[in-house]
Amino acid sequence: MTKIKSLADLKKKKEDLQSKIALREKSDTPEGRVLVKVAMATCGIASGSKEVMEYMVDELDKRNIDAIVTQTGCMGYCYAEPTIEVKLPDQEPVVYGYVDTRKADEIIEKYIRNQELVDGIIPVNYQTIEKDKEE
Amino acid sequence: MKTLALHILDIAQNSITAKAKNIFIDIEEDTRENRYVIRVTDDGSGMPEETLRRVTDPYYTSRTTRKVGMGIPLLKQHAEMAGGYVSISSEEGKGTRVEAVFEHGHVDRQATGDIAGVIVLLIGGNPEIRFRYVHRYNGNDFSLDTREVKEILEGVPVNDPEVLKYLREMIRENLSGIGAL
Repeated sequence: MTKIKSLADLKKKKEDLQSKIALREKSDTPEGRVLVKVAMATCGIASGSKEVMEYMVDELDKRNIDAIVTQTGCMGYCYAEPTIEVKLPDQEPVVYGYVDTRKADEIIEKYIRNQELVDGIIPVNYQTIEKDKEE
Repeated sequence: MKTLALHILDIAQNSITAKAKNIFIDIEEDTRENRYVIRVTDDGSGMPEETLRRVTDPYYTSRTTRKVGMGIPLLKQHAEMAGGYVSISSEEGKGTRVEAVFEHGHVDRQATGDIAGVIVLLIGGNPEIRFRYVHRYNGNDFSLDTREVKEILEGVPVNDPEVLKYLREMIRENLSGIGAL
């Protein structure tokens, strides 16, 4: 039987990772990185945002795209979940709706790699529901 | 929400919104007592009693982007469907604890689902928050504390994709080791 992984083994892997990260930091500044935010509220989770986020983390790493993938709350586009916001360096963020892993692949290949806009953008809208929550 | 793991992901988002620095996720499975307990405890902002009374109401939400809040109501529904209940306690400035209890063997109890993926997603998306995850299964247990992980990593970011992948596999192997997967 193979040994179950433990934190002790992670320690051994650490040095490998340290050199990889040092290399990356030399080549890039944080502002130069792609920022992906996955909407992860109840509506997003119920629609599959977990799978989309996992896909983004794994695939961007596999395809050697230096990106930060984080979570955000509900942007009010519950009908279009899962939604993700992609911000390329020096550009306005773009929100995509109805993102599944296939759409995510298209966004990585076309938009993130080549700045080609992909179908499924949610237009910018500054309205929220009435502000009756003034405190 | 199709699985209990997704409920945990959802409930933990509330803790994150409440600016928690420490989030404890405990799962206790006891097949002999026929109990499956999920507990999410945080040191976030907490809620006043008035809010606490309203959180199980689907028409209550703290958001302004939409008018409904289904997270807690759905968890409550799913717990009650499986012979259990949800209890929430909270103190302003101290934090909140959400506990969901299910009958372990109830036909309508949802499956655990990809709990390893959920824990790793929470860690990866919120590297500055300390997560402690304890999973007990009939007396055996597995625990993971990101404070320990960070000590071991000595500056390597805990949200590095390779670290996350490793943690995911580690959780899966250990859970199947204690019989919980």
